[in-house]
Amino acid sequence: MTQVMEGARRQWRHITLQWAKLPHWFRRIVLPLAFLAFLIFYPEMFASTTNAYVPSMATMVVMAVFATMALGLNVVVGYCGLLDLGYVAFYAAGAYVAGWFATLQFAPHSFHFGAVAVLPVLPGYHVNVWLLMLIAGLFALGIGVIIGLPTLRLRGDYLAIVTLGFGEIIPQAVNNGDSWFGHNITNGPNGLTPIDSLGFGNTLHGWFAFLPANYRVEVHVQNYYYWSGLAMLGVTLFCCIRLRDSRLGRAWVAIREDEIAAAAMGIPLMRVKTLSYAIGAFFGGVAGCFFAIYKSSTFPSDFSLNISIFVLCMVILGGMGNVWGVMLGGAVLAYLNYQGLGAVGNSLKLDVSTYSYAIFGAIIVIMMLLRPEGLIPESRRKAEFEEAMEPEPEVIPV
Amino acid sequence: MAVQTPAARKPVLAALPRLSKQLNLIGTVILLGLLAAILLINIKEDWQLVVSATLLGITYGAVYALVALGYTLVYGIIELINFAHGDVFMWGTMIAITFGVDWLGLNGSQSGIVTTLGVAATMIFCALFCLTLNVTIERFAYRPLRNAPKLAPLITAIGMSFVLQGLALWRFGPGSRTADNVFPDNNLFSIGIYGYPAKNLIVVAATIPLLIALVYLVQYTRQGKAMRATAQDTDAARMMGINIDRTIAFTFLLGGALAGAGGTLFVFWYTSTKFDLGFTLGLYAFTAAVLGGIGNLKGAALGSVCLGLIQAYNDSLNHMPGTNWTQSVIFTVLILVLVFRPQGLLGEEVPDRA
Repeated sequence: MTQVMEGARRQWRHITLQWAKLPHWFRRIVLPLAFLAFLIFYPEMFASTTNAYVPSMATMVVMAVFATMALGLNVVVGYCGLLDLGYVAFYAAGAYVAGWFATLQFAPHSFHFGAVAVLPVLPGYHVNVWLLMLIAGLFALGIGVIIGLPTLRLRGDYLAIVTLGFGEIIPQAVNNGDSWFGHNITNGPNGLTPIDSLGFGNTLHGWFAFLPANYRVEVHVQNYYYWSGLAMLGVTLFCCIRLRDSRLGRAWVAIREDEIAAAAMGIPLMRVKTLSYAIGAFFGGVAGCFFAIYKSSTFPSDFSLNISIFVLCMVILGGMGNVWGVMLGGAVLAYLNYQGLGAVGNSLKLDVSTYSYAIFGAIIVIMMLLRPEGLIPESRRKAEFEEAMEPEPEVIPV
Repeated sequence: MAVQTPAARKPVLAALPRLSKQLNLIGTVILLGLLAAILLINIKEDWQLVVSATLLGITYGAVYALVALGYTLVYGIIELINFAHGDVFMWGTMIAITFGVDWLGLNGSQSGIVTTLGVAATMIFCALFCLTLNVTIERFAYRPLRNAPKLAPLITAIGMSFVLQGLALWRFGPGSRTADNVFPDNNLFSIGIYGYPAKNLIVVAATIPLLIALVYLVQYTRQGKAMRATAQDTDAARMMGINIDRTIAFTFLLGGALAGAGGTLFVFWYTSTKFDLGFTLGLYAFTAAVLGGIGNLKGAALGSVCLGLIQAYNDSLNHMPGTNWTQSVIFTVLILVLVFRPQGLLGEEVPDRA
């Protein structure tokens, strides 16, 4: 077992060394641009593929959503070192903002604000979907602050368990939300559906023909959602990188490394921690809103604890603190969950739905044993791991 | 001359804006007052319901305690939230049905002595199975990560939990597995219209000796002393000649054995089990452990009883949110307790942990 692990480690070290030998301009400019082009033209190349292993467009959208969520959670767990087991709460908040302000839920009332791709006579609240994603983020941010203020004084596992508690309370509150003091707010277990589609409206469509007025009436609806998801991921990534290199980002890392020292250096712990929590929540809310719009529905059963743990696994498997690793982790796990395992099962003539839990768990365990620092670890964290995993000195018998 | 330092205010705590003691006290008083008021109203309306709910709550508490102790033992010694523990418990219930019902044919129709012997045999078998399982998990999944930062073993534990659930799903299918009423189901006595089934008493009565045995083991034996030493300071314990690996393995062994015995009791009391039972039950049990002060055995037992009472009161009393909100109520209580008393009911205040 140990020999296998050691061998794998050596192989990996070899690969990374080879990678480092490539010229700088190639590594930093040409390859990323090529990869970006690959992502943008992905639908053109693979949209009609019949190979079950190649991610379909639907899977790609899900991958983009989960990569965004993983980036958001990374702000909390990776940058600031706060273990959050209730991230699904923010995802739910975002999804329900979409559910409230882009459906027929409040049907007798009618309110339209810049709504695109919706008939003006449609009852219910309809807010511009792009604006709605921002509102969803802000709403989740607000919930993050409300949850964060009383709980962020706790440390480590206590924080984990409290966030877990919130992650359980919110879905249940939503589930029972068809009769909050006699008002039907969330439509309970039946969920909110249909949700308005993304789109650019007829005006913009008239100016630029390539911008669809309404995604859902297009032939290649998945492609448009995919590109939008990619844009959302890109914006999130940009924000995360800028945050990481900012004054605030350095404060987060300082707290992660040593809270006492950080406090002694004059970092206002509560404010900085709450900010990390709120910003992480923001991205979770945006991703949740986007996903709800994409699925055109939101149900309380979508928000189980498993999602929180799933996203946390993405962050940790990918490499906490490193945005690239986290995105990779998010994409890989979402792919495995939504398509990969099923495809493998089909080719082996097995019904993996009964095994998927076990396989998924086994992947996590094996990954952790082989490479506990994640796929692409942050350099600082990697050094820590190498220090920590050094074998202890043998006891010399006297 | 001794200088009076402003007492226990450690630097960290001083830097954190904490609720002042008075506010803390006021919050606690208001919460307890609210609880007392609801209880009083209920007692006035229907005192028999309150008594029966209390008895039911104690039964729930006994069941939670069996799981919570496993969490608290492991957390106390290596500070790991062993997410897989609930699933080990679930495997205990599964094996109890396989061994007790399928192999021994227990179905409640046998005489008292045969049933008792059968249940005891099932308990021993399940305890052996679960302790083997738990120790194996520790050996292969947690021990290699002993020196890695804290999150790595936590994620491994989550992964193990999935693996155990997945294996149960594959082996026993997605539906519930049921047992007949092995324990007598008739009412021992009645309070008004609310009966008290004998099996509830059996569960409580069987849990208490298990708890006492565990406390004895940890407090008064050599191995228990080694466990406590390891929990306090691993390096110092190693220097004193304690075999750390073996002590930790022993802790997992204890937790596993308890899960097996508890699983048997649970499944014959509840009469059904499912592959995802361990998840929710484990979550509640961990909440109970935190409520009582994690790492503290008596705290875990107390926390479990509190949690059981909260659940029973919420589910059956009037003027309460009701079963739809059970989880929310439990976790709200947890959050309030942690905010006002982070170390739990019986835990000591350790600034580094809370």
